[in-house]
Amino acid sequence: MRITVASGKGGTGKTTVATSLALSLSVDALGLPPLFLDCDVEAPNAHLFLKPTFESRKDVSILIPNVDESKCIGCGDCAEVCEYHAIAVLNKKVLVFPQLCHGCGSCTWVCPTKAISEEPNLLGSLEAGSTPSGIQFSRGTLNIGEPMAVPVIRQLKKWSVAQSGQVVVVDAPPGTSCPVVESVRGADFLLLVTEPTPFGLHDLKLAAQVAKELQIPAGVVINRDGIGDPGVEKYCIDIGLPILMRIPYDRAIAEGTARGQTLFDIDPKYIMLFQQLFAEISRIVAQQ
Amino acid sequence: MKIIITASSPSLDAKFDMRFGRCAYFLVLDTETMEWEAFSNPGINASGGAGTQAAQFIAKQKAEAVISGDFGPNASSALNAAGILMYRNKSDGNIQDIVKRFNAGELQQVNMPTASGTHHSQGR
Repeated sequence: MRITVASGKGGTGKTTVATSLALSLSVDALGLPPLFLDCDVEAPNAHLFLKPTFESRKDVSILIPNVDESKCIGCGDCAEVCEYHAIAVLNKKVLVFPQLCHGCGSCTWVCPTKAISEEPNLLGSLEAGSTPSGIQFSRGTLNIGEPMAVPVIRQLKKWSVAQSGQVVVVDAPPGTSCPVVESVRGADFLLLVTEPTPFGLHDLKLAAQVAKELQIPAGVVINRDGIGDPGVEKYCIDIGLPILMRIPYDRAIAEGTARGQTLFDIDPKYIMLFQQLFAEISRIVAQQ
Repeated sequence: MKIIITASSPSLDAKFDMRFGRCAYFLVLDTETMEWEAFSNPGINASGGAGTQAAQFIAKQKAEAVISGDFGPNASSALNAAGILMYRNKSDGNIQDIVKRFNAGELQQVNMPTASGTHHSQGR
């Protein structure tokens, strides 16, 4: 079972919920501790709460074109085929824009004189290790200045293989763009964390559309419950999106989180609440 | 001289479009005869690479200069490689006014990026 935690709006409590869910599943007598993937590769922070010791590391790169000018005839076929306009032929000179390149290899393939070879362009890294509670933890990190998160997320998902029967908890980036879609793809359930404000509602609607588009069952956690307005609740009822948990707007939680504490450190009752949340998610997924 | 101006609609009375890669139209214009032709920007909804796509379009038109509001780093290096001069206009006004200012030598020529080019594909 793979559960992705996403939100649309940033700062709603995705990481708080994802780390708590993973911890609740690592408490004894529940079988194999989960695999946790921090897919928010532009700003991974789940390690602050789960405190893994990293034992392995791998670079992430994509293959980008390298043009041999002595073989290039300036025909422009490579620029023509490039969906991302990452290679341009101007005045018979070829220009490569590494930050636009998605590494698809089409330019290399169409070049009539085999003037293009491929060389790795480093984008970021993957790290993995175990946490004190036994969670198998992996994260991706996009290098500063690199715009493309998707290849790092894709390789993180490939690199971190779950064992049979192991639950996978994925912490997605905020938003609803390509990196989120890549983080959500392959999930059995999408847990949407939101706050009961107009901004939270606006982005929840977008995130719910992602779930619908990818045909993944979804449910909502309302964080900072008690602030804002009933808009989120009304929307969830209207479209039949189940509200699975509410976390109150509570100064003690804000203070604890700011110190790097998990919800369980702040109040042990959350262990049971998150175990119940997982049971409910399992029930919904089993019904599909 | 054959130049290209970024415009918000296909007309000489059109409002100037400040955006380069994401402009609505490219107006291809002969500054001596004032003959012109408009092309809708094929890259307006591109997921990324709008600047390099626009630069290649302009090179294909064999224009000698382009007038826009800002040029991002990729667009700027592509235009430089193609030997196309970049002129920057920061004032409002319609296309005719801007051509007049260009002919009078009032527009600033640039050869470096004037903007950070933040429109890469992965918005959050």
